Amino acid sequence: MKPPARIERLATGVDGLDAITSGGLPAGRSSLVAGTAGSGKTLLAVQFLVAGLAAGETAVLVTFDERPEDLVRNAASLGWDLREHLDAGNLAIVDLTPPRGETIATGEFDFGALVARVEAAVARTHAARVAVDAAGGLFTHFVDSGLVRRELARLIDCLRTAGVTALITAERTDEYGPVARYAVEEFVADTVIVLRNPLGRERRRRTIEVLKLRGGGHERGEHPFGIDDRRGIIVLPLSGLESGPDAPLRQVSIGIEGLDEMCSGGIPGDAITLVHGPSGAGKSLLACHFVQAGLGAGERVLHYCFEDSRDRLLRHAEAIGLGGLREAERAGRLSVVSRHPERLGLEDLFVEIHRAVTELQPRRLVIDSLSVLDRVSSGAAFREFVVGLVDTVRDHRIATLCTHEVASDGGGEAVTHVSTMSDCLIALRFREHAGAYRRTVQVVKLRGSSHDLAERELRIGEVGITVVPRA
Amino acid sequence: MTPRGRLRLYVTDSTVLSERAIANLSALRDGVLAGQYDLEVIDVLEHPEAAEAGRIVATPTLVRLTPEPVRRLVGDLSDRTVVLASLGLSQARTGPSGDPEP
Repeated sequence: MKPPARIERLATGVDGLDAITSGGLPAGRSSLVAGTAGSGKTLLAVQFLVAGLAAGETAVLVTFDERPEDLVRNAASLGWDLREHLDAGNLAIVDLTPPRGETIATGEFDFGALVARVEAAVARTHAARVAVDAAGGLFTHFVDSGLVRRELARLIDCLRTAGVTALITAERTDEYGPVARYAVEEFVADTVIVLRNPLGRERRRRTIEVLKLRGGGHERGEHPFGIDDRRGIIVLPLSGLESGPDAPLRQVSIGIEGLDEMCSGGIPGDAITLVHGPSGAGKSLLACHFVQAGLGAGERVLHYCFEDSRDRLLRHAEAIGLGGLREAERAGRLSVVSRHPERLGLEDLFVEIHRAVTELQPRRLVIDSLSVLDRVSSGAAFREFVVGLVDTVRDHRIATLCTHEVASDGGGEAVTHVSTMSDCLIALRFREHAGAYRRTVQVVKLRGSSHDLAERELRIGEVGITVVPRA
Repeated sequence: MTPRGRLRLYVTDSTVLSERAIANLSALRDGVLAGQYDLEVIDVLEHPEAAEAGRIVATPTLVRLTPEPVRRLVGDLSDRTVVLASLGLSQARTGPSGDPEP
């Protein structure tokens, strides 16, 4: 038996989309992108064309809903200069928005003019990519839905004959209902992608799902995406990233001698180390030691804090003798970013972290704290954030330390899905001893390495954290 | 004498609907509309740029450019009553039943 013919793919250039479609959209075919109002359909359609234009391809944008001048202006706000491409003849916009004035029906008609205009624009620009936004537009302008369906099928047929790779958007009314209004998917049946924007714990969460893909081989399930004000849509492939051959295990110093010893030398250099414990146990201070150790080794460090201002953090570090942080920040080797996650969705935060990682190329990253992010987001969005973070630090080989606050003396439990994602787990606790509380530290887990499981006393003094040696 | 109006008919060459629209409009032009309008016929397959400029989606489409307001009549013009009403045929020239006078 002959294997099925391989379906050629067109890499879209949209961050992450090619990963979840195992290489891109079927070349020379039409793909449907369905989504509710505000789910990012138009953005994805425009970005699909812009990515092609940036790679020297030519494109046609067919618009039913938004006027060309609005599309050009909205694209400009993301730094995409459609005007330049229009003037250069690389891009044509076919404006199918209803003109002003009365339209009166006087008998039978078809959409021959529409098809002729799209065909002419494709021929004039020699377009490789076409975006149609949104296919449902005709249904609202013309009452005979049977006619509209027939004519849309004709348009798609004509795009296929022209050999272009098309992305066609369609509106849907329910996040988890029928694929698209007017059953548009029935004639763009090869490939269907759904954008969602559901409300979860009072916060919108954007996801993208490939429902079916001509040629198969796509990543199943919903993948979160964020919208970056410079790069547009960035899809976070949950499991799409292939890990390369395992690099030799890199160990990095936490910056606290006794704790490094407990970890048989240090913590993993390309994974997440989770430090959890109750408030006041020393989590943020420990993170500052980790930062200082990196700077001391000449590494660049990215430090995100969600509970403290940047200035307070630097002052606290100075107070325990870690004065190098402020100086390193001035020199550009340390970037301390303070954010209120309540005002920023987790997808957008992830996109921001991803961008900072790409730009700064840090060897160490601190997230202080994950529990704040957990608190302000839905469970699913948080899990996806952590998974995306694990992939990022592994790909960029960044030693990452995350703090996580547990309600009280939580011991080893509580932080379930985060702890399974981390390669190293350090617990900070308060223990009552002879009527007084003292702090302790224990390395609960360290993947791929032997470690000292004992719980040791931890002290915070003028020189920061010290671990009391075993008696 | 009132100035003549301008009509533009967008068609796709040699389709049944377009031929029907041209036949219907020719009959009107030579009959009740005689002397009132100048007519121009544009084949959108030959001149897609004209369809682009006029933002024409459906064919056939008849556009009354003048007198204002601009009106777009979509379809093969077989609904004679609607066509005449839309083209502002003066009441004086229609009978009480709405039928045009012989």
